[in-house]
Amino acid sequence: MSLLRELLFPMIAVVAAFIVGGILILIVGDDPLLAYGLLFGSALSWPVGIGYTLFYATPLIFTGLAVLVAFRCGLLNIGAEGQLYIGAFATAWVGITFANLSPWLLIPMCFIAAILGGGVWGAIPGVLKARFGSHEVINTIMLNFIAVALLSYFTQYHYKSPSDPIMETVPIGEGAHIARLGKVIPGLPEFIPLNVAFVVALICCGLVYLFLWRTKWGYELRATGTNPSAAEYGGISVRKQIIVAMTISGALAGMVGINEVLGYRYRYYDGFSDNYGFTGIAVALLGRNHPVGVIISALLFAVLQRGGIPVDAFTEHVTKDIVQVLQGTIILFVAAEAFFRGPFAKFGLLQRSKV
Amino acid sequence: MTEIFTIALIWSTIRVSTPLILAALGGLFSERSGVINIALEGMMLAGAFAAAAVTHAVGNPFVGVLAGMAAGSLIALIHAVACIQYKADQVVTGTAINILMIGMPAFLSGAFFISSGSTPQIPKENLISLTPMAIAFVLILITLATWYVLYKTPFGLRLRSVGENPEAADAAGIRVARMRYAGVLLSGVLAGVAGAYVSIGQSSLFTRNMTSGRGFIALAALIFGKWRPVQTMLACLLFGLTDALTIQMQGVFKDIPVQFIHMVPYLLTIIVLAGFIGSSRPPKALGIPYQKER
Repeated sequence: MSLLRELLFPMIAVVAAFIVGGILILIVGDDPLLAYGLLFGSALSWPVGIGYTLFYATPLIFTGLAVLVAFRCGLLNIGAEGQLYIGAFATAWVGITFANLSPWLLIPMCFIAAILGGGVWGAIPGVLKARFGSHEVINTIMLNFIAVALLSYFTQYHYKSPSDPIMETVPIGEGAHIARLGKVIPGLPEFIPLNVAFVVALICCGLVYLFLWRTKWGYELRATGTNPSAAEYGGISVRKQIIVAMTISGALAGMVGINEVLGYRYRYYDGFSDNYGFTGIAVALLGRNHPVGVIISALLFAVLQRGGIPVDAFTEHVTKDIVQVLQGTIILFVAAEAFFRGPFAKFGLLQRSKV
Repeated sequence: MTEIFTIALIWSTIRVSTPLILAALGGLFSERSGVINIALEGMMLAGAFAAAAVTHAVGNPFVGVLAGMAAGSLIALIHAVACIQYKADQVVTGTAINILMIGMPAFLSGAFFISSGSTPQIPKENLISLTPMAIAFVLILITLATWYVLYKTPFGLRLRSVGENPEAADAAGIRVARMRYAGVLLSGVLAGVAGAYVSIGQSSLFTRNMTSGRGFIALAALIFGKWRPVQTMLACLLFGLTDALTIQMQGVFKDIPVQFIHMVPYLLTIIVLAGFIGSSRPPKALGIPYQKER
């Protein structure tokens, strides 16, 4: 019953968003059922569709977890976008600088770079909030822009091959490449960039769950999120928790670099993120700020992203922009769930769930 | 140095600051009433698209600007209903609107103009051309009007009071929800005009995501200006100057990468918010939905 209650609102929000999207598709003169059929049909076809869907889900799991950890501490991290850029660049930097090391040494170093890069960028707004009380939302927005400018500078002036017209760094050493899952899963072609990072993302979900609900530190973090003054009274340092939560959050976002740099492009590509950081907010929110929920909603958003491509190609008027429209509408409905609580309240199972 | 600091730089600063000032003053009304507005970007995009699409359709830019205002307010209404009526998280709602508005105008353009997310080019004779002097005059007028409304009228007093202490305002008979609706809707109107300026003022068509973060710079300027009209306008001019400088500097100062100049507004905002340059105190009830006691 409690599971049903947890799932009900997100499901209503998603269905409502699809209805809104369907009406829009009708207005522009296409058949919503055809468009949605294309969307789900292509994204869930084996092996290419599913392969790409899981590949797209990988960064969203990381950013969803990042937003979740911060949220559990009562913070809204809308800086995952900047943190994942810094993490990805740090990964590429290690992969380029130590290109000749053995994979056994280089890959772990690259992983650490992703975690540290994102962690440091996440820690900055944490410290600013803990030390000066300045709001993390504003600071993370500002840091997103600073990260983008900083990395565009480093890419352009220091790590780009001069003959390359594209804003991307030189390639990382071959020793830093991580395996694509096509190598081990029969039937999955190797050109699909789904790689080990997906498994790492799933492991991170488990670790985040264990940390938050099975350790003392996780308890302190959640206590801070639930009621900071009570936590402080109980001997928990709220300032410390804010810094810890933002650092972990940033580190998780930074791990997007593992997927992007080590498993996909094998270099840092300027501006690669397709709003992963912001979609992470939707993923965490729709997933009820629970690791399992994050996996499910990351998959849903990945389906949208993958399925948007054939919709663009095979319908008369609908472009892949429908994906952003659906995403935005889903978040809006999830955020304003009281909107649905009214009409459904009489069923009695829709009391406020504990987030 | 004299090559850079010319009259052209001043005009260019005014041009790039205009949408920032309009959007930031809009954000001011919303935030002073207690509703966080990170949806300025989305409202600007709505305004930019509607202005370009309507000007293309009817051939009259003034109608286009009105359409921009209407579109901005429509988005603001969504924000207001979600945040005030349904007490949604204001930052999350703002983020949702921003994502929605990256998609929606491009979706509509793609469908109605068979394009990759932009509206058709509008011929020059159908655009308003304003001299920088006229723009500057209008901006000063709007800033002073904002100041006057906020500090010298009963409406402004009520608006500020629901942003600072909604309980007390409520006890004094002020309708908190109504004032907040007014604040958010005003922000939509102004952000809509700001968007219209970007599409049919600075350019002659709408392109996908064409405001490219200006809504966030406006928000930064609002904080840098400590949520006060005149300071906010000056902050916008400062941020606009950094932008104008990067354009002027190309070819003159090759050694300073433009990326560093782009960072300046954001760094300044972080510094000011941390309290290193005076203190920037947000309205007390900012971000907190008001629950009337039963």
